[in-house]
Amino acid sequence: MEEKPQNGGSFCLGGLVAGVREVHESGRTKEMEWRQAQIRGLIRMLTEEEDAVFDALHEDLGKHRVESFRDEVGNLVKSFRNTLQNLKKWADTPLISFPCNAMVVPEPIGVVLIFSCWNLPLGLALEPLSGALAAGNAVVLKPSELAPSTAAFLAANLPKYLDAKAVKIVQGGPEVGEGLMEHRWDKVLFTGNARVGRIIMTKAAKHLTPVALELGSKCPCIVDRINSKWECQVAVNRIVGAKWSTCAGQACIAIDYILVEEQFAPILIELLVSTLERFFTKPEYMARILNEKHFDRLANLLADHRVASSIVHGGGANRKTLTIEPTILLDPPLDSDIMTEEIFGPLLPIITVKKTEDCLAFLKPKPKPLAIYAFTKDEKLKQRIIAETSSGCVTFNDAIVQYGLDTVPFGGIGASGFGQYHGKYTFELFSHRKAVIKRSLWVEFMFRYPPWDEYRMRMLRRAFRFDYVSLVLGLLGLRQHDFKF
Amino acid sequence: MAEEAKAVVGELRASFKAGRTRPAEWRAAQLRAIVRMVEEREQDITDALHADLAKPSMESYLHEISLAKAACTFALKGLKNWMKPNKVPAGVTTFPSTAQIVSEPLGVVLVISAWNYPFLLSIDPVIGAIAAGNAVVLKPSEIAPATSAMFAKLLPEYVDNSCIKVVEGSVPETTALLEQKWDKIFYTGSGNVGRIVMAAAAKHLTPVALELGGKCPAIVDSNVDLHVAMKRLAVGKWGCNNGQACIAPDYVITTKSFAPELVDSLKRVLERFYGEDPLQSADLSRIVNSNHFHRLTNLVEDKEVAQKIVYGGQTDEKQLKIAPTVLLDVPLDTGLMTSEIFGPFLPIVTVDKIEDSIDFINSKTKPLAAYLFTKDKKLQDNFVSNVPAGGMLVNDVALHLANPHLPFGGVGDSGMGSYHGKFSFDCFSHKKAVLIRGFGGEAKARYPPYTTEKQKILRGLINGSFFALILALLGFPKEKR
Repeated sequence: MEEKPQNGGSFCLGGLVAGVREVHESGRTKEMEWRQAQIRGLIRMLTEEEDAVFDALHEDLGKHRVESFRDEVGNLVKSFRNTLQNLKKWADTPLISFPCNAMVVPEPIGVVLIFSCWNLPLGLALEPLSGALAAGNAVVLKPSELAPSTAAFLAANLPKYLDAKAVKIVQGGPEVGEGLMEHRWDKVLFTGNARVGRIIMTKAAKHLTPVALELGSKCPCIVDRINSKWECQVAVNRIVGAKWSTCAGQACIAIDYILVEEQFAPILIELLVSTLERFFTKPEYMARILNEKHFDRLANLLADHRVASSIVHGGGANRKTLTIEPTILLDPPLDSDIMTEEIFGPLLPIITVKKTEDCLAFLKPKPKPLAIYAFTKDEKLKQRIIAETSSGCVTFNDAIVQYGLDTVPFGGIGASGFGQYHGKYTFELFSHRKAVIKRSLWVEFMFRYPPWDEYRMRMLRRAFRFDYVSLVLGLLGLRQHDFKF
Repeated sequence: MAEEAKAVVGELRASFKAGRTRPAEWRAAQLRAIVRMVEEREQDITDALHADLAKPSMESYLHEISLAKAACTFALKGLKNWMKPNKVPAGVTTFPSTAQIVSEPLGVVLVISAWNYPFLLSIDPVIGAIAAGNAVVLKPSEIAPATSAMFAKLLPEYVDNSCIKVVEGSVPETTALLEQKWDKIFYTGSGNVGRIVMAAAAKHLTPVALELGGKCPAIVDSNVDLHVAMKRLAVGKWGCNNGQACIAPDYVITTKSFAPELVDSLKRVLERFYGEDPLQSADLSRIVNSNHFHRLTNLVEDKEVAQKIVYGGQTDEKQLKIAPTVLLDVPLDTGLMTSEIFGPFLPIVTVDKIEDSIDFINSKTKPLAAYLFTKDKKLQDNFVSNVPAGGMLVNDVALHLANPHLPFGGVGDSGMGSYHGKFSFDCFSHKKAVLIRGFGGEAKARYPPYTTEKQKILRGLINGSFFALILALLGFPKEKR
């Protein structure tokens, strides 16, 4: 019987949560074949329903299908294939020591709740979902209500392609999210803003539910003086791509602002403008702003007259079509909202410094971002950035691409959150590493047991030094004196 | 109090920002200093543990001092390697590029310790925090005041005080500390306080590691060398702080038919270990304070429970001593079976078939540790596969905490996060992904204007196709002018 997606109050949710828990406890989700079948189901869903996905993302955010493919669908299918290929290896039990037979057994953490966000509504839902399933869990997914077409797509299709009893979608707004958090989960992954992150973690504390929080931040991009014209153009291509071609800058890992030497700033701005003109020949190539609320928020960032007067390109905005032109600002005041809040939109402040190294002092007091970007060929500067700054990740000479790399963990630090995923890290995030030791009953160290005396104390000291020879001799009564451990 | 807490954090933050805790030499120096402290002041430590818990010196050595020293030496040996960036494959999509994972310290961390292993549970996480390059505040448990005072006095004599501090106190001082912003909080103790710690941490979005308790079950099958099993069970229960240990077996499950033999063997072992009058044995810890003493005696006050005692039951309120006590088939709804005992009572639960014990365990919250005594391989596999627990042992008890290659920690109600060995280092580190690209490998297919040709190439590129990579690198699709 096909189950309708659940909405509504805590009462209905109680039944849903209990049902999912029952399925998990039946042991079904632990089976390797089941896990593989779910991942294959996800791959099939995205391949067979690709057009429907593109339509949903276009309806929600005005994303062009190539952007949707590049950032969401394509990335996801690659990630799912990687999971399928490596799943057996991740679930394997490594033997740690012999002959004591000690091992670490990864086991599913249990019933997982995933809150996804509206800007990458498919990716931020399905990436963690696939990892949670790969790790053998049952999952409840709460997609963001601010991307309703994608949420509806997931609600309609996930039950068709996956085990509908073990994977549930719950639609609705913040009250539904709060209702879900009244229940006990074995792990909660939340992607969104810090305010809601605090609420989630506070509610999770009541049940001792571990959480992972993927929060926002202002991701800076340091641009060093680049002498080669061609390399400079490549850098600018990548900056423009990372700011405006990714959901119009509405991405947690989009470049928020640029730091550049004041002498180099005019060249950079010129290249940015010409590249923008070359790339965005049609308005459809850039996603739109999510809704009026965010449009107004962004427009307000420019309302401050000190900020408005720093605009060097763009600034045009159309509330009816929810579009804001790619906008570049030069040295807006550092205490303005645009420089203290996460922008999450197509506005790019450029902050100038005297020399590139000054960027490090600029960044140190700031909250730790999800990513720090730097375009530079200076090896010493690269090492200094790695050693002297702290962020979720650091990417040199490109931006955003680290999101698609399966071999590195993705997540924040400090204000940008905690908990990491992608690739095998998602599997680990949703697993419990159970330590297991198997001993035999016939190798016995008598001196473990009371009553305790000096002889036993000596033998124990030897054992703790792993001084087996001495130990054996002592046991055989062939060695008298001792070394202090 | 709030001012003091703020000042402590402020000082540590300044030291951390100044980079004092980052160099390997500093970390190694602190760890070596702790080793020296353990060696030179072993007697002071043993005395404090005896004052707090009447802990036998053998237990102090075995369970606290030697393990603390081993943790330091293990960290000293591994430190350089652990600190090295971990190179990982970077894949076709970002070709050419290199990727690595860099471990960096979280910053300023708070370690709140427990009273039952007051030395080890304080110093062990602190060792991990130092190895990972953090500044750390240790708040020892006030319920073990001698050990707390010992830390406050000794630690500053050995380690760098500008980066490692001890703050003594009870609820008000701990609350003041919890109001500050930390980069991680590591708490060992009860679930109730664990909830308070996590809620406080939530205000600052601070990640936490919680090492909590639970009812650790021990299944004893009839297919077993019973005498050896009982010795190991007994030393794991009463030889661990007289049952006041998070990983001590809380209760035993066995079959109805095997129970009499088990009880018999256990009685003999207990008499061998502790003599006919266990309250006089120097090898048994006392109960930590009168609060806990009364909590425990209340558990067996009920007549229905008291009549199930098959061995022991003696108590001495003046000395805060309770003898090893075994009970058989107490009602399952009494406090003894619904809450963590944390004391010298061992209820034995009987089932019809030994396999039923698995469902029994799973009907309760996930324990920190689960134990099974059997030679039956099938039962062993069933146990390992189907009982979620922090850690488990077959045919022994508690040893896993001494193996630095195994992660030690709980799951569900028994906690979150793990440590020991390199896991301690990881617990207090941030794993920062670093991707290094050059300017080569520019794929125009990524950028607008978007065309179907670009999508085709992207499809191949994202899927790791070398052919698509070549096409992309050669500048396909060629842009129409």
